[in-house]
Amino acid sequence: MNALSDYKGQEPAWCPGCGNFPILETLKTALFELGMESHQFTIVSGIGQAAKLPHYLKCNTFNGLHGRALPPATGMRLVNHEMPVIVTSGDGDCYGEGGNHLIHAIRRNINVTLLVHDNQIYGLTKGQASPTTTEGVVTKTQPFGANASELNPISLAIGLDCSFVARGYAADSVFLKSIIKEAITHKGFALVDILQPCVTFNKLNTYSWYKERVYHLDETYNPYDRAEAFKLAIKPPDKIPTGIIYKNNKLTFEERISILKESPLVKQGFSLKTTLKELDTFY
Amino acid sequence: MRESMDYTILIGGKAGQGLQTIGGVLARLFSRMGYHVFSHQDYMSRIRGGHNFYQLRFSDKEVSSSKKKAHIIVALDLTTIELHKEDLEENGIIIFDAQSVKQTFTGQEYLNVPFDKIAVENGGDKIMSNTAAIGAVLGMLRLEMTLLEEIIHTNLKKKGNDIINKNILTAKAGYQYAINECTQCSFAVSMPGKNGNMLIDTSQAVGLGSIMSGCKFYCGYPMTPSTAVMNYIGSKAQEYSIVVEQTEDEISSINMALGASYGGVRSMTGSSGGGFALMTEGVSLAGMMELPVVITLAQRPGPATGLPTRTEQGDLLFVLHSGHGEFPRVVFAPGNPEQGLYLTNKAFDLAEKYQIPAFIITDQYIADAQWTYESLDTNNLVYNDYRLRSSEGEEAESAYKRYSFSEGAVSPLAVPGDSKRLVVLDSDEHDEDGHMIEDAEMRTKMMQKRLFQKLPLIQQEIEAPFYFGGEKPDIVVTGWGSTYGIIKDAVMSLSKTQNIAMLHFSQIYPLPLYEHFDYLKILSEARITICVENNATGQFAYLMRAETGYKFTHNINHFDGRPFLLESLTGEINECIERL
Repeated sequence: MNALSDYKGQEPAWCPGCGNFPILETLKTALFELGMESHQFTIVSGIGQAAKLPHYLKCNTFNGLHGRALPPATGMRLVNHEMPVIVTSGDGDCYGEGGNHLIHAIRRNINVTLLVHDNQIYGLTKGQASPTTTEGVVTKTQPFGANASELNPISLAIGLDCSFVARGYAADSVFLKSIIKEAITHKGFALVDILQPCVTFNKLNTYSWYKERVYHLDETYNPYDRAEAFKLAIKPPDKIPTGIIYKNNKLTFEERISILKESPLVKQGFSLKTTLKELDTFY
Repeated sequence: MRESMDYTILIGGKAGQGLQTIGGVLARLFSRMGYHVFSHQDYMSRIRGGHNFYQLRFSDKEVSSSKKKAHIIVALDLTTIELHKEDLEENGIIIFDAQSVKQTFTGQEYLNVPFDKIAVENGGDKIMSNTAAIGAVLGMLRLEMTLLEEIIHTNLKKKGNDIINKNILTAKAGYQYAINECTQCSFAVSMPGKNGNMLIDTSQAVGLGSIMSGCKFYCGYPMTPSTAVMNYIGSKAQEYSIVVEQTEDEISSINMALGASYGGVRSMTGSSGGGFALMTEGVSLAGMMELPVVITLAQRPGPATGLPTRTEQGDLLFVLHSGHGEFPRVVFAPGNPEQGLYLTNKAFDLAEKYQIPAFIITDQYIADAQWTYESLDTNNLVYNDYRLRSSEGEEAESAYKRYSFSEGAVSPLAVPGDSKRLVVLDSDEHDEDGHMIEDAEMRTKMMQKRLFQKLPLIQQEIEAPFYFGGEKPDIVVTGWGSTYGIIKDAVMSLSKTQNIAMLHFSQIYPLPLYEHFDYLKILSEARITICVENNATGQFAYLMRAETGYKFTHNINHFDGRPFLLESLTGEINECIERL
């Protein structure tokens, strides 16, 4: 790896001022500092503004269907557990359309890093409420205000004993970079919920709104204490903690599959001859 | 010429009574003795109770369908006697345990065998009453006990010698009871064959086919009747190093299988009815990304939940059109386990060679039906690794384009992490690099490559349909998939008096080219052409009309959720002939 510029991909098609820009740059820097070259990792995404990210960062890319990033990421890891897999998703893609997959990816504890660009609104489809939109927010499709209460991804993940749960803020690049680097190197499923202003459609959760609320968890905080982490997760959002909120060191899904112990599936050979004896079992 | 031996045994009872065990052991026994066996199952969507039956036909010649009439009915409950007594062949016998069904029947056709009492007296436990029943059936047929003892040894190995011996004693007692008491038994069983036969069903054959094709990843969500394939592959997963994963839903299944395929191995998923309906967006993704994947669909009657444990060929057109947008695919529908093995292998080969989704469609009837074979041909199985895995130097690798136009229809598919090649796949329309585009020119070029350039190549791979009959038949009976066996048996029996032929399609889409075999000419020149389908609307007939302009003169359609039986299908074909 020569330079940060080696990660440069296609020209982004995001709105000027979009919170996705700092996330993209932060991710590039994190990968660069970790020494991961473009061909050595894979980014899987679904559909949404965040899901376009792998086109803007040179890498192995699986830009699949809306809400369905985690299943192919899981499939990829199961056949090649030496390949680091990062999923870039949004609040609609991951918490809405793909909610079921999130629950079960956490349960499996597949060793995947999930970055959720959480702007609390639908960007690609132009401003409808997302699962994390604050209750009561008026949009074109919710003209009387969003009636459902907002989803709390942090408490959900801690409730499921997710192996790594963190929250970052898009505009806080240096701190976000340290979180992302830890998430990538963490062994197990890592959820990083990244608060991200949407300058076009979200008029509530703006840069200044976040600036007033976001703070760093300090070094005295113990992320291994699940009950404390849960307490933190369900606090009212007048102050928003960022950093690693919860983690544990449980076995990954890949580690629990005995046939993967020797080598990744993709490196295990096949010969038709060895299977011929199977016919004898039918006599 | 002596009439060949051809006996049918029906075992009926409630779910949970062990009728599958009785049927399974008898089927295995007869095939090991060298007889030909065909069995099918009819069960309700419940774990306990209801009415289920297992029907097996055994003969000294090949059999490939079930008959309605049975020679021996093993009734484990009263309902079986009430429902099936009309299905008894002349000189047939119903055996039952009067104490257990709480009613007795007299007459030449009934034989009361106290299964429970025999089990308690010889094995010390009522639980062995099914073993007594198996012994009794052998006694009625005057067959030898030796092989049954062998099977008891194998099946109960884990339970220890005591249990094995008690079961053998019970089987022998049941056997002796029938020898002594069944004075009316007049079955003339021919000498067993020299060598034992294989006994296999199509779910196992599809599972076996995937293992023999180098499938390394299978995922699915449990759904009748597709689960049998997953069970089979799962039972071999450790030995052949295959990851088998039960997903949270079928949407996850197809997407996970595609992720595994992207990772560089052969992958497969499968489902039935509504589960497959959930997969269709992923099918379309495979089409757009040009990712190989094999999908098995075990059909069951719909719409919606339909009849979960019953059979129908109602999803052919759905599979042909599954997934939004236009992209190539192959669709195979094996008519027996032999075709199941071969076509699964071919599906894996074509899926990877052309980077397309390949479908194998079965249905409950053919998935569960067991057939016997002396052996299965494995010389026609292939394994070619079509992936781009070799290294070619950093410069060439950096210039790799996933959807390069330079190689024609099929752009080489590299494996991520294998080299410096970046493998970029997108569900959006994309350029040669795999990045999303919107311009009309690139869109058109990609569609040309992905669809129009591949289609003729794929079509060349499709083999001629199975044909049985003379050069100029008067009557042609056509079918696809699971009706292979029943049509074959029906046409064989009718061919004694009619100039009748059979045409069967197992490689359904694309339809075979005429240059391999001109089936259209055969059909056009016949007087009566009948398309037999286990669905309401005649979906294959529709496909033929759409693709070739040919319209069958007659259609026989069943949509009651039950398979065709030999007597009724022969009767319906005769009706078509007489009507003319």
